[in-house]
Amino acid sequence: MSTKVVMEALSPTMEEGRLVEWKKQEGDAVAVGDVLAEVETDKAVMELVARAGGTLLKQIIPAGTTVPVSDLVAVIGEPGEDVGDVGAAPKKPAPKATRPEEQATQPAPDRNRPSSMPAAPPAEAVTEGNGQQPAPKPAAPAPPRGSPSGGRVKASPLARRMAAERGIDLASVSGSGPEGRVVARDLEGAVARAPAATAPAARTPVPAAPRIPGGVPYADVPLTQIRKTIARRLTQSIGPIPTFYLTTEVDMERAAEAREALLAAGGEKVSINDIIIKATAMALKRHPECNAWWQDDHIRYWNEVHVSMAVAIEDGLITPVIRHTDLKSLREIAAESRDLAGRARERKLKPEEYTGGTFSVSNLGMLDIDEFTAVINPPETGILAVGRMVPQPVVHEGAVTIRRRMRLTMSCDHRVIDGATGAKFLQTLKGMLENPLAMVY
Amino acid sequence: MPTLTYRDALNQALREEMQRDPDVFLMGEEVGVYQGAYKVSRGLLDEFGPMRVVDTPITELGFAGVGVGAAMVGLRPVIEFMTWNFALLAMDQLVNSAAKMRYMSGGQVGVPAVFRGPGGAALQLGAQHSQAFESYYAHIPGLIVVAPATPADAKGLLKSAIRDDNPVVFIEGEMLYNTKGEVPEGEHMIPLGQAEIKRSGSDVTVICHSKTVTLALKAAEQLAGEGVEAEVVDLRTIRPMDTDTVLESVVRTHRCVVAEEGWPFAGVGAQVVDTIQREVFDELDAPVIRVTGADVPMPYNKFLERAAKVDPGKIVAAVNQVLYREDEA
Amino acid sequence: MATTVPTPARPRPRGGLDPDRADVYRDWLRQMLLIRHFEEKAGEAYSLGKIGGFCHLYIGQEAVAVGSLAALNRDDYITCSYREHGHALARGIGARTVMAELFGKAPGGSKGKGGSMHLFDASLGFLGGHGIVGAHIPLATGMAFAAKYRKTSQVAVCYFGEAAVNNGAFHEALNMAALWKLPAIYICENNRYGMGTALERASAIYDISERAYSYDMPNEVVDGQDVLIMHAAMERAVERARTDKVPTLLEVRTYRFMGHSMSDPIHGHYRTKEEVEDQRKRDPIAVWSQRLIAEGLLDEAGVKALDKEVIREVEDAYQFAEQAPEPEPDELYRDVYAEEKRET
Repeated sequence: MSTKVVMEALSPTMEEGRLVEWKKQEGDAVAVGDVLAEVETDKAVMELVARAGGTLLKQIIPAGTTVPVSDLVAVIGEPGEDVGDVGAAPKKPAPKATRPEEQATQPAPDRNRPSSMPAAPPAEAVTEGNGQQPAPKPAAPAPPRGSPSGGRVKASPLARRMAAERGIDLASVSGSGPEGRVVARDLEGAVARAPAATAPAARTPVPAAPRIPGGVPYADVPLTQIRKTIARRLTQSIGPIPTFYLTTEVDMERAAEAREALLAAGGEKVSINDIIIKATAMALKRHPECNAWWQDDHIRYWNEVHVSMAVAIEDGLITPVIRHTDLKSLREIAAESRDLAGRARERKLKPEEYTGGTFSVSNLGMLDIDEFTAVINPPETGILAVGRMVPQPVVHEGAVTIRRRMRLTMSCDHRVIDGATGAKFLQTLKGMLENPLAMVY
Repeated sequence: MPTLTYRDALNQALREEMQRDPDVFLMGEEVGVYQGAYKVSRGLLDEFGPMRVVDTPITELGFAGVGVGAAMVGLRPVIEFMTWNFALLAMDQLVNSAAKMRYMSGGQVGVPAVFRGPGGAALQLGAQHSQAFESYYAHIPGLIVVAPATPADAKGLLKSAIRDDNPVVFIEGEMLYNTKGEVPEGEHMIPLGQAEIKRSGSDVTVICHSKTVTLALKAAEQLAGEGVEAEVVDLRTIRPMDTDTVLESVVRTHRCVVAEEGWPFAGVGAQVVDTIQREVFDELDAPVIRVTGADVPMPYNKFLERAAKVDPGKIVAAVNQVLYREDEA
Repeated sequence: MATTVPTPARPRPRGGLDPDRADVYRDWLRQMLLIRHFEEKAGEAYSLGKIGGFCHLYIGQEAVAVGSLAALNRDDYITCSYREHGHALARGIGARTVMAELFGKAPGGSKGKGGSMHLFDASLGFLGGHGIVGAHIPLATGMAFAAKYRKTSQVAVCYFGEAAVNNGAFHEALNMAALWKLPAIYICENNRYGMGTALERASAIYDISERAYSYDMPNEVVDGQDVLIMHAAMERAVERARTDKVPTLLEVRTYRFMGHSMSDPIHGHYRTKEEVEDQRKRDPIAVWSQRLIAEGLLDEAGVKALDKEVIREVEDAYQFAEQAPEPEPDELYRDVYAEEKRET
């Protein structure tokens, strides 16, 4: 009886692996635990070890090849055994307690289903996709899973976690616990699932600037290994939201002049804060990596910009949201911010008016605060703290002159936004405020 | 290392602490002339005299209050209840006075007293003399609750309890007084709030305290013969609970049984299970099962009593349940 | 009988006041006035919602706390029931500190976490107002035990109402105190009502002092409306405790001019308006100020001046409490357990 050797998921997020070097050659005797090959994962070079003893009968792929997790890479068996039919029947664990009727309905592994799908029967999984998941339809409907409850697959919390880490579809595993509950031991021999070949988002580890398909408000991007590591370690370091702060000083002379010109022109009174909100929205448009929500197991990059503005009210503060901030004119923003702030103080905001923001702006300049750090409003991942605008002697065009300056401090959730990412966004924002024309450019 | 009974280990702890600190005194029914209802205080009257080994009338509320009052002005009383069953009469002093004094006084007045005595069912003592009280007192913020299982723990924990600045409820196992074990001499201190793994194992965690530790170790022996390695975690201090040790064990084994002598409703195990499901939900491969005394007043009849009490067989059965071994049996 | 003034069972001490102690006598009057005005202000604050929970006023009983506490030393121990504002003030806890505690504010003696019923000042041996009727009687007994244990000359004094004497803690504690000869003084302030239940409806015997005979304990009945008599009785009890190491039960007959607590009626089903008015004729403050005037140790103007002085003090305490900060939120979890271990 020969045993398949497959590309194993050697890191929690690994979806494919490059076989760097074979450590055992065809004909070599192997024992359980022997290193068969070195495999480069998304993170490091790991060892692929033998799960069964015997002789390495065949290396299916040559060194240097990259294959998806769970693809066949070698066969171990008795010397002289025919390996021709090994790949044909997928190896499946046969736990003792599996009931015969369940085995009869055991589906073939559904290779098209993304591994991030909830562990539910296919029919339900499609409706759970919400249109957000890149959820390609299987060519043919998968056979119904014989789950005893008829719906949700029963699995212990540990089994669910292991399945998620290894990319195993729980629906494909027979549970040996009470009423068919899938428990950890049932997963020991289960085969990791390949990622959906047609899910490009899942294939692209860290989108430098996430590409967001048109027509949908956001894209959910699975966490890459490095993002997971950053999230875990920084959370351990300084708390549930590992925050760092970036401060820059902005020359506000031109923005202030622009505002004065707008005021002179009459109509809705535009405040400096309105200009900052508008500039923030436009800068977010250029830096969607800062316009995101932390969602624990993935990051939601928003295609729409909804800026929350912190408003102090009698016994606290609230953050009404100016929706589609990037699409609104300064006048519209001015009118809306005044209306929202007024109703916030009267406590007349509807819940939908103060939820759903993608980034926040908090301004204490009117209270004579030079600069401060603001607390991130989760699940948002960034907030801009605006200090007061104050005339200062500065060197401008080679001479010391008095110019109105202002300090901006951005609080960044490090699980999503890295130092350089935040800095680039701030640079763009600063540029827009120093040259307001850049906002419409 | 000398081998002592649990009783003598407690005696040694009391003697050493009374020798060390003149503020420590023992008060309770029959502690002096009679040498202790369970002989824990044997010889102390002779050594320390009647001012420090004080026989009281049968007046639990009264002498518990005297202990609290003396502790409020800086003495370190050890108040012995002949059994914790009788201490129900003193519960007001433990709950309303001892536990709350520090808080009500804004931190000005603490109660560094130890309240100790045997708990748990012995043999055929009937409903009013056979009960476990750990969960009653563990419910109260301001109290520390300790329940040692071995002679060495009994000594080390009692010494720590006497030196602690908080009121400590120290519940000894009535059935453990004659058990023997090695006890370190002299300054053997076990910090309050530290559980101990009494036996290592990889397949299932059994959390227990006081007498159920003995039962769990017996169960573990039987299970080992069947190829199941149980890890036995002795809480030792019920409050504050050493959740780190509990959780680390459950993370290793993924399956857990909690055993206690008390009744099931709102028992110590309920708190343990709450902590486990909240903190390490994703590590669980099976629901946690509790083994408790039957939910009835203790019957006198010895067969009924046996049925009401926790025994190694019930712990083995619970372990089989969390390992899903019934099908194989 | 219900409307008669309680009279002492033993004859009053005869003779005039000692002119050399005029300052002390005037200070007693001042303390009683302070308690009276403080309690009136507390009642006002309660009705304005500035004081919450239960608030038990001491109006009418001032001479008991002032006369008895004046006989103690600084290192003696005192425990009280929940009607203890007057004792706290008479022991020397500042009006600001007490009022701030009633307001639940940070500078209160218990950091605002105790409230009206749980006033403490360990530095003055003032070890609590206690909220469970009778439960503090064993505590005081334990403090007396500690004094004996340490061979000091301290005494432990316990104040409680007449309704407490029917509960087990009273008997258990007095039995042990007599058995062990502890320097304890049990002061039963018999104000005739346990909340709304008259003594006669709760107790099989009406002379509480007789309870002491069960324990072979010295006892006296004291007129609690006369501060001088109260003081003299207390001096005798303290002497017995300090030198003879014998406990005493004092039954002090007094009267509560107010309801049981701020949320209870002054009169109603359980006592008549006429009874309260009759009792108010022996207001301890009037009794004492008239005595001082009669003996020529103070005049009307002097009384008025004292009155004005304490009104200012109470007003200051009220303003202080009102403006004092609330406790910090992290106080919630402080003082549940000892934070640092005692050095051993």
